Amino acid sequence: MDKKVISTISLAGCFGCHMSFLDIDLKLLELIELVEFNRSPLTDIKTFSKRIDIGIIEGGCSNDENVKVLKDFRKNCDILISLGECAIMGGLPALRNHLTLKECLEEAYFNVPTSNHNQTIPRHEDLPQLLDKVYPCHELVKIDYFLPGCPPSGEIIWQALAALIKNDKLEISKRLIKYD
Amino acid sequence: MSSPKKIPITVDGKKYDVPKNINLVEALSSQGIRVPTLCWYKGMDDCLGTCRVCTVNVNGRPSAACTLNTTEEMKIEFDTSELNDLRKSIIELLFVEGNHYCPSCEKSGDCLLQAEAQALEMTHSRFPYEFNHYEIDYSGEMIILERNRCVHCKRCTELFTNDDGEKVFSFIGKGKDTQVVINKETEKSLSKHKAQEAMDLCPVGAILVKGEGFKTPYGERKFEKEPLWIKK
Ligand code: SF4
Ligand code: FES
Repeated sequence: MDKKVISTISLAGCFGCHMSFLDIDLKLLELIELVEFNRSPLTDIKTFSKRIDIGIIEGGCSNDENVKVLKDFRKNCDILISLGECAIMGGLPALRNHLTLKECLEEAYFNVPTSNHNQTIPRHEDLPQLLDKVYPCHELVKIDYFLPGCPPSGEIIWQALAALIKNDKLEISKRLIKYD
Repeated sequence: MSSPKKIPITVDGKKYDVPKNINLVEALSSQGIRVPTLCWYKGMDDCLGTCRVCTVNVNGRPSAACTLNTTEEMKIEFDTSELNDLRKSIIELLFVEGNHYCPSCEKSGDCLLQAEAQALEMTHSRFPYEFNHYEIDYSGEMIILERNRCVHCKRCTELFTNDDGEKVFSFIGKGKDTQVVINKETEKSLSKHKAQEAMDLCPVGAILVKGEGFKTPYGERKFEKEPLWIKK
């Protein structure tokens, strides 16, 4: 059997979901016999070099760079998974969603006690532009599967990958569904 | 005392004999059929009928099971893919209407909304998240009202009073602007115990006792120990 090709990315997330991926522990040895990793922070490969079977997205979309990367993943991956609360519903970064962008930036750069009081909000063409709010991934592209949790357990990640690698229908056990 | 008269009802094509004129959720539960509920709880005298999570078809019509009593020859549809999906979609709507950041919620693991979502295998909401803004009220002596999480079930406004029998919570506004408020006068006299009772009565994490929360270790919280979907 050809090895399945996996790519992963962290958008507006904390890398906790990626850490949880590593929590599949010894199963990693089994996994590495069945898959190869392409573009991913785990390999530090920054571009796709072939068609991807399974793309895994951590984090929602907080800036224009996140949206670009997400769309790139959708284009290059046969199956796309939203991994964790931030990818699924914005998560803690979305706590800013009821504020205007102006309020949010002023709070972060002017009003916090650690502000350096030079009263500038960084702005440069090389810096990603913040979106008006943090968007769940499936509100921007089609997502095929959702693995909830903050972070999702290593077990749910393994259960999902094990099924998809074998081209089985993905059925998640109830006991593995959680939202924190 | 003679036992209550039993009457036949049909659930998903199967016949059951249940006591006459008892709450339908209780009647089904006695036959091992657990109907999801959010505003209703076991032993409740008057049902609230606010959440509709308990929707079943009765004689062909969608109805909130907790608002009905058993009558002869009731024909109930419960476990159909359409009805399971309908109940799940009601839960999903609650998740997008409020702001349910479970990872940072004091009630996570003890929250009925979460537990029903898990039982219905919700992994995400298919409706757009609204990210509405709700003010949090810190002004109470004992209680914080975290309105982002309120599901407007009316448990607190209808069923909770202080030790003097006075109401502490009420609703103001209409429709989507409805919000729960505290009566500062009657809230003042709440004992810690009473405040905890209010927190426990709220199915979600909208009523919090100041200084309480995050006490039970992960893995040992109410619905982790006893998930709703495990048959008792
Ligand atoms: S505060 Fe809690 S108990 Fe009161 S209406 Fe809201 S969800 Fe229900
Ligand atoms: S449980 Fe029946 S309407 Fe809420």
